[in-house]
Parts: sequence; C-alpha cells; structure tokens
Amino acid sequence: MSNLMNGAEMVVRALQDQGVKTLFGYPGGAVLPIYDALFQQDQIHHILVRHEQGAAHAAEGYARSSGKVGVLLVTSGPGATNTITGLTDALMDSIPLVCITGQVPTHLIGSDAFQECDTVGITRHCTKHNYLVRTIEDLPRILHEAFYVAQNGRPGPVVIDIPKDVQFAVGAYVGPAKIEHKTYKPKLDGDAGKIEQAVALLLAARRPVFYTGGGVVNSGPEASRLLRELVDLTGFPITSTLMGLGAYPASGEKWLGMLGMHGTFEANNAMHDCDLMIAIGARFDDRITGRLDAFSPGSKKIHVDIDPSSINKNVKIDLGIIGDCAHVLRQMIDVYRARKAAPDAAALSNWWAQINRWRARKSLAFKASSSVIKPQYAVQRLYELTRARKTYITTEVGQHQMWAAQHYHFEEPNRWMTSGGLGTMGYGLPAAIGAQLAHPDALVVDIAGEASILMNIQELSTAIQYDLPVKIFILNNEYMGMVRQWQELLHGGRYSHSYSEALPDFVKLAEAYGAMGIRCSDPADLDAAILDMIDSPRTVVFDCIVDKMENCLPMIPSGKAHNEMLMPDDDDIAGVIDSAGKMLV
Amino acid sequence: MNALTTPPAAPLSPYSSALGKENIETHTLSVLVDNEPGVLARVVGLFSGRGYNIESLTVAEVAQSEHLSRITIVTSGTPVAIEQIGHQLERLVPIHKVTDLTLQGGSVQRELAMIKVAGKGADREEALRLADAFRARVVDASIESFVFELTGAVDKINQFVELMRPIGLVEVSRTGVAAISRGPQPM
Repeated sequence: MSNLMNGAEMVVRALQDQGVKTLFGYPGGAVLPIYDALFQQDQIHHILVRHEQGAAHAAEGYARSSGKVGVLLVTSGPGATNTITGLTDALMDSIPLVCITGQVPTHLIGSDAFQECDTVGITRHCTKHNYLVRTIEDLPRILHEAFYVAQNGRPGPVVIDIPKDVQFAVGAYVGPAKIEHKTYKPKLDGDAGKIEQAVALLLAARRPVFYTGGGVVNSGPEASRLLRELVDLTGFPITSTLMGLGAYPASGEKWLGMLGMHGTFEANNAMHDCDLMIAIGARFDDRITGRLDAFSPGSKKIHVDIDPSSINKNVKIDLGIIGDCAHVLRQMIDVYRARKAAPDAAALSNWWAQINRWRARKSLAFKASSSVIKPQYAVQRLYELTRARKTYITTEVGQHQMWAAQHYHFEEPNRWMTSGGLGTMGYGLPAAIGAQLAHPDALVVDIAGEASILMNIQELSTAIQYDLPVKIFILNNEYMGMVRQWQELLHGGRYSHSYSEALPDFVKLAEAYGAMGIRCSDPADLDAAILDMIDSPRTVVFDCIVDKMENCLPMIPSGKAHNEMLMPDDDDIAGVIDSAGKMLV
Repeated sequence: MNALTTPPAAPLSPYSSALGKENIETHTLSVLVDNEPGVLARVVGLFSGRGYNIESLTVAEVAQSEHLSRITIVTSGTPVAIEQIGHQLERLVPIHKVTDLTLQGGSVQRELAMIKVAGKGADREEALRLADAFRARVVDASIESFVFELTGAVDKINQFVELMRPIGLVEVSRTGVAAISRGPQPM
C-alpha cells in the first residue's frame, strides 16, 4: 500500500487516523482540495455550518461533551478570521480543538492576495499553538503533533494553516506514533512530598472547603469519580466554578452549589471563612475571587493544576501541586487512606453547622408569580421535566446563563457546556449542535436569551440540515438582561441600548427555518409547553416570555468580597457598588 | 479620641492583588527555543499581551545542528510577576527551557555597543583618552569622527555614553545583554 498522496489526502487520512468522526467546516477557495478529498471518503462526517464561528463553537460543544478533540476546517482569509472568537473561547476555557485553515499558495503569501490574511500571526494570541505548513514533508508530523498539543497538558485550540500548493503537493504520509514531543511534556503526577504535605493539611483542617473547576472535567471522567471519592472520604464541603459543574453531583450532600459572582451564599461564605481551601483544576479568576485583598483571608490554600502558570497567578498559594487532576486525586486518596487518620470530627461538625445556617438563608430563592413566568421558575421546570433523561445543557451568555447554572442541577461531568472565560454570546446554539452530534440520542437544550440567540441564529439552518433535534429554550425578557442589570446597579437605571428592539417573532422564525416554534407566557401553561418541546423529535425554538426586570441574584457586586453578597431580599440594589468597583467589568 | 491618634488607613484597592505590592526587581532570563519561524514573535507577543516589561532582548542561534536559539531577556517586575513570566514562557510549545539567571545566582552579563562621536580639537583628544580608559576600540575614524566599539557590563556602557555626550556624541547602537551563568553547569 502506497503512502504517497497529496497534502489534501494527507489531511483527511490523518484525521481518520486520529479517530475523527465529525468535522465542522465551511468550504472556500483555499481548502477546495481538502473538500475534494473529503468527498471521496465516508469515514468522516462533515457538518456544514452557516458561519465559521459556528464551526468553532460546535467543535467546542462536541469536544466538551465527549472528551474528544473538536475539529474544524475553514478557508483562508475571512474563513480563518471568523473562527477567532471561537478559538479564543476555547483557549480561555481549555477546550481541545484542531482548526485547519486554508492559506493562499506559498508563493503568494505576503502579497495581499485574494482572501489572504496572516492566520498564524492573528491566531498566535488566541491559540495554544499554531503552525504554518511550509512543505509537504512537514505536513504529517504537524497534523499529528497538533492533536497531541491540543489534548495534552492544559487543553486548548491549535491552528494548522495549510497553503493551497502544499495541499496539492505529493509526499509520503506518516501515521500517528507515540509522540515524544521534544519540548512539550506536561507533568501528570504530583510531587510525592507535596501530596504528603497536602494530606497533612487535610487532616489538620477544621473549616475546609474543596473549590473545583473545569480542570476536573477536562481531566476526564476518572477525575470526577476520584473527586467524589475524596469528598466522601474526608466529609468536606465542596463548591465549584461555573466550568466545573457536574464533576461533583448537585444532589450530593456535601455540595454547596456554585461559587463566585452569582454563586450561593453558603459557597461564598465557606470560601471566605475556611481555614483550608483545596483548589483543584480551578484558576482563581476574578468572577470567583471577588475583591482580591479580601479573598479568603484566613485560609491556607492548596492548588492542584496542570498548568504551572495558574499557580500564584492571582492569589498567593501555600502549596502548589503541578499535575493532572485525576493523577493527583488518586495520589491524595492513596496517602489519605494510608494515614489511617481523620480530621477533627467536632471541628468539622461545627463547620457543617455554620454552613447549614448559611444554607438556611436560601440565597437562590425568588418571588414566585402566577401571572408572569419568572426566569428562575422556567429553568426549574425545565430541570424537573428533563432530569430523568440523558440531558446536555448549553447556554449563551448573560442572566439566563447564570440562572441555568443556579437552577439546573448536574449529576455528571460533560453535561454542561457554557462559555465561562470569554463569555461569548452566540456560543450556545452551535455548541448544542456539536453536543447533539456527539450524543445523537440525548436531549440537548440550549438555554438562551433573546439577544444572545440572535448572534448565531443562522446555525438553526445547520440543525435542520442534519435533523438535529436540539431545543432552544429562550428566556425572553426583551433585554440584554445582564447589561440591563448592571446599568441598574451602576448607572442609575439608564438602560442605554440594552433593550432588544425589533425582535423577530421567534415562532415564525423557527418555522421559516423549518423548525418547530413554541411560545409560552403563562406559568400555568409552562409544563405542558416544555413537555411539547422535549417530546418533539424536531428542532424546537421555545420562546419563553419571562419577567422583564428580574435581576440575577445573589451577587457579589464588583469590588466586593465573598461575605458582602447582594441577596434576593435586599430591596435597594442601586448604589451598592463604589467608584472603584465601577471600574471593574 | 482614637480617631485622631490613628492615621487614616490608605483605601484598599479592590482590584490590586496582595501579590502586587512588593518591590520591583530586574531579572535576566535565559530562554532556549527551537529556532523556527515566529518563535520570537511568540515570546515578544507574550510580553506585550500580558503587560510585562522588556528592558533588553537579544536572540541568536547557538546550536545550528539542533536548531536551537538562545534568547536573553532583561525584564522587571515584582518577584511574583517574574515567576509568572517564567511559567508563561514555559507554556509556549517551542520553548525548551527558561532559566532565571538572577535567581540562580552568579552570572556574567555583557553588552556590545558602538558609539559614534564627532568633534575636533580638544574634544577629539578627550574622546580618545576616555576610550582608552574604558578599553573601547576605534572601529571607524574620519577627520571629524570616531566610532568606538565597547564591550562590557551595562553600567560601564551607560557610563561611557554619558561621558561622550558633552564631547560630541552622535548616536549609539547597542546589542542588548547576553548572559551566561558562572561555573561549570549549563543553564
């Protein structure tokens, strides 16, 4: 069997050899040879998106829900630049992507040729790594290396820019081999001495809390299983970032709910008052820490992360352990068991008593209504009516995203896809498409806002083309709700350009695309309408008309500490943020 | 009243980290990289993108057969920021090794400068005398100018340039710092 082939065939062959089943893309002049090679095979299922940003987010949704690398193929110039938001999103949330871009032929590079752009220059800042393939001899190595870099260590997006002449050039294909990368060798096991120290701290803790993040999900299902084991073993409370939801089950008795800006009262106060914080696969981002100089002032902090630059970046760490979450959790459990000791039971019981007093504050409560659908109520009903199914949830960005995080409860990792770091409106629908392709039999719901959904609404057409029964559940309050809420908090209720003027009729819009449209505005009809949605085998757009002025609470106002939360029963939320806090985003 | 005896505390900034309040230090980093297209852009882009300082940067291939280049960066920041710079550099895929020569202890640091001085008469003689004292070599001369070549520590070059200023300094070209650790061990 000859391994001589042209570059385009090599691309397709390498994707096949890497186990790629689904490829998101959009053709164009500079990738025509690769599309021709795709045409002549049937191992890889190509999904034609309607905009390259959609391809990137769909690949993210596919990757995040399956644990595999998400792959996309786009043309040069605008094809490449349209992926930038998705690549940056994947970089911020550590999602493994391989993005193949076409490029003008090498002899035209630098000549401002038609649809030329400096793809590796532009994407250098929004990828984990990128490559411009200059010769056919380099192509097979780079293709396989890209998959290695994307998924090893802290995952991230990798771009391979392939000039059109390289796609036509003929060379010898080399299959994937075990890669011993000459420079990139992430450390998986934690330092044994530090594991011992960490366990000693666990055993000495009186007011401990686990603070876990997306790194646990990225590490794979084994990390989530081990996390549950360690929480059970220690009896410590656990909270998680937005990105880490599902790694520990929301029904678990040690679960405090999400922490951070819109986290629960009990989670944030536990973070503030703890004497030992065990951060695992989380990165102390500003949405988590609140005011840094008042962040958990009395605690010792252990930080487990595969990326050494995460440790001591924002918060001073007492014990940093570099390694993969699953490896380090396994090591900690082994040492903990071997010690045959336990933390002070009385101290822990006092700590739990305090936590239960915080829980009794019921920080996620909201005023029910029989006349208008409260957005929190809508998410609660969606949860109750879908919890028995295998459900994957994606979101757009804004109030609805936080309500989804607060009121939809996750029992398993990889079931929750949201744009955490970059906060990309328009993420949810393409991500749902990606998740649905990875899990054809599952129920996939994009919890959306009426403003966000319009940012990538064109992907409805993709869903229809491939018969993907994704459900788009729009909490329609006719406002860019989070913007409006901040304008109420910070700018005297002057709602500058945050009202969604001239909205389409979402039911007719759905029908125009060939999807099913449902509208519901009465709480009494909500359950039946949601059941209509989830029972339908079709793509559904659900226009849920909700309370327009509801605020997303509780909230740590910007510039405030974990123990200075704004609560749902606080009457006056205007004026709580001082001038320094206003400077923050 | 107590309020009169205790001075008012400076208001805490909500967004300044406790990590950012230490003294600014200057460190020299040695970075071994694959000599491939774009690698310098990755390093420089990292510094600009994350708001780090570059006081000097030199780069050249040091092992041709292995395609290795060595970048020497003089940067300044708090100790925590400098530790962070090291880790951020290590994240870049084509980077083999990052060593903080300042943390590691003794290192030899040298820079080469070429200094053009124009003048006549006494100034010209003074320039030559000072060049001799600094062991600068004359690498170009005309009736009314010299170009001196001077190698040494940064301070020595700064000092020489300042001395030339009043007696006809025209321009200076400097290479930036190259550095290597003392003793038998590699970086």
